[in-house]
Amino acid sequence: MSCKTCTCALVGTPEQDKKLRESTASLKDGGSLVMVLQEAQEIYGYLPAEALDVIAEIWGCSTESVYSVATFYSQFSFSPKGKYAIHVCLGTACYVKGSGEIYSKLKDLLDVEDGGCTPDGKFSLDACRCMGACGLAPVMSINDDVYGKVTLDQLPGILKKCN
Amino acid sequence: MVRGHVLVCGGTGCHSANSDDIYDAFEKEIEAAGLKDEIQVIKTGCFGLCALGPIVVIYPEGAFYSQVQPGDVKEIVSEHLLKGRLVTRLLYQETVVDENTITSLDDTDFYRKQRRIALKNCGVIDPENIKEYIAFDGYMALAKVLTEMTPQQVIDEISKSGLRGRGGGGFPTGKKWAFAAAQPVGDKYVCCNADEGDPGAFMDRSVLEGDPHCVLEAMAIAGYAIGSNHGYIYVRAEYPIAVKRLRIAIGQAREMGLLGKNILGSGFDFDIDIRLGAGAFVCGEETALLNSIEGKRGDPRPRPPFPAVKGLFGKPTIINNVETWANVTRIILNGADWFAAMGSEKSKGTKVFALGGKINHTGLVEIPMGTPLREIIEEIGGGIPDGKKFKAVQTGGPSGGCIPAQYLDIPVDYENLIAIGSIMGSGGMIVMDEDNCMVDIAKFFLEFTCDESCGKCTPCRVGIRRMLEILEKITSGQAKMEDLDTLENLCYFIKENALCGLGQTAPNPVLSTLRYFRDEYEAHIVEKRCPAGVCKKLLTYSIDPEKCKGCTLCARNCPVDAIVGEVKKVHVIDNNKCIKCGTCMSNCKFDAITRK
Repeated sequence: MSCKTCTCALVGTPEQDKKLRESTASLKDGGSLVMVLQEAQEIYGYLPAEALDVIAEIWGCSTESVYSVATFYSQFSFSPKGKYAIHVCLGTACYVKGSGEIYSKLKDLLDVEDGGCTPDGKFSLDACRCMGACGLAPVMSINDDVYGKVTLDQLPGILKKCN
Repeated sequence: MVRGHVLVCGGTGCHSANSDDIYDAFEKEIEAAGLKDEIQVIKTGCFGLCALGPIVVIYPEGAFYSQVQPGDVKEIVSEHLLKGRLVTRLLYQETVVDENTITSLDDTDFYRKQRRIALKNCGVIDPENIKEYIAFDGYMALAKVLTEMTPQQVIDEISKSGLRGRGGGGFPTGKKWAFAAAQPVGDKYVCCNADEGDPGAFMDRSVLEGDPHCVLEAMAIAGYAIGSNHGYIYVRAEYPIAVKRLRIAIGQAREMGLLGKNILGSGFDFDIDIRLGAGAFVCGEETALLNSIEGKRGDPRPRPPFPAVKGLFGKPTIINNVETWANVTRIILNGADWFAAMGSEKSKGTKVFALGGKINHTGLVEIPMGTPLREIIEEIGGGIPDGKKFKAVQTGGPSGGCIPAQYLDIPVDYENLIAIGSIMGSGGMIVMDEDNCMVDIAKFFLEFTCDESCGKCTPCRVGIRRMLEILEKITSGQAKMEDLDTLENLCYFIKENALCGLGQTAPNPVLSTLRYFRDEYEAHIVEKRCPAGVCKKLLTYSIDPEKCKGCTLCARNCPVDAIVGEVKKVHVIDNNKCIKCGTCMSNCKFDAITRK
């Protein structure tokens, strides 16, 4: 796909572009815009600006209207996530057991802000609302691995395992 | 010939604690022991006692093994399954009578007072196998409705049972169905709200993971009752296991002709599609949920018109939450009178609660409506850990309130909880002890609603932010007493003027803590002190000269060199430099450092 406004490097591979176009077109009947965006995020790992242009073009609507939906939902990210995507649960059960401190400590350790990614692309950090593992509170996850009953002391060790 | 069953919990809690590895280990060890034809391993839904996960239950003995690790599996297979000797060290200790005798799980404090109706099949059947559901009377209710009852009789039965919406509002389910049924014939929709947004509630997820067919069956029954042929399940994308099992269940039901065209030869068509949520708390509000299913922003719509008149794609629609659906098939099979015999005068049946926070038995419990809070927390929940003192229990999540100790004896039902400033909500029940600051908890919930406000109406978008700013002033010691009046006025204004349920209920956590824990607010404002020792900006650390041995450990670990003192002499903290990180306190071996 081409970038309309500048000569920046293209985002993604031709395969990703093809997949995006196919699934966007196939969802035009009986699907919904949210479903298209979920597919796009599945393909790229996040929502690149160019992908949103393609979706708008195929659906015959304005890019603004695609953004209006995409920015509403917290599932959608407009920047790439780290190789190790860390989520800390800030649901009530985890919060009363100290997950807020776990989250701040991770921000310090990684030197990133909410939803940020380390400059080397290794770690990204997000807060999330209840993974439903309240029995294991406080809970954090790194990609698909869930860590329960986490303590502040364990954090450096947990991060070290990500290599 | 199968002589025994090994049930491994595959709910999210146990799954997060690697129950998949335990399942694989059982398969492997059972094969190696040559028991493959005698023992069946089944991955079930949630047993409820998540605090003790991963859980494995072996029948026919009913042995309840807790906190099982993959390394324990070999021993369980060789001892229990081969030699018939229980592995006592792994058993849930409350069930152990002596070396080789156990009591039934139903006799333990956690299960004794429970009445499992919505959770009937959770932890009992393999949710990925429709035949197991059918063996437990599955799809019998649908068959009964299609062959023996008219749509009006179905609605009457549900109305008579007294079933009310379990998602929070408590609207009578039968009435909702009757409204939609009364609309002119044409396209109508049946929706399942599985967007369980209350952070700390996970009963809907457990039902979907443990018994997905009961939701499908109930939705088909409602479709027959109101004249709809299409259903949608709106489920959070954050629940991957639930989504997967729902997909499997829908596929199996279609294959067996229990969904699709001409169900059971009755001429009735009904099918169900799944729509994934994309992470927006407001989408649990029914009109926002409808917009989201349509693929739009999840903005709420003004009501009326109510969804029963003008809902999904502008057509009459009923929306019930997962736990409500889970009661429907049981009511049809056992009768409205059976259901109405349980519970209190205006709240019939049972309610599932997710016990969490500072409580020993974290997990899911289902109890008859009207059970006193004290029984839930002290008996079923096993009380507060570490001998700490109970302070409050929070129900209803960000829309609910904190209930103090003086109301522990009230029977839990919709009306009673509203009367004391909270709500039933979806059933989250988070227990807090003396170490939790109630102002901080109120601030936590407001941060949540502030973040999740969709921004459509001003009272919610702007008002909640102003409230949050006042709470931030209070917790950092910069507030005046007048701020409390402003805060309270804002609460009432937002409650009256916000567009949807999210905004109208957002002030509840603040109002209820102001009502019952005003002294804590005042301590923050007047004395610049956080009684629970949570609000960092108000803490002061000091060293008890009697206990300090002058070991220098605190001074060496202090990141800002705020502690001075010589070896073997009492140390002192310079509070002007101290950043209140607490490192000194966690390092001191003599408990000499106090925080106030």
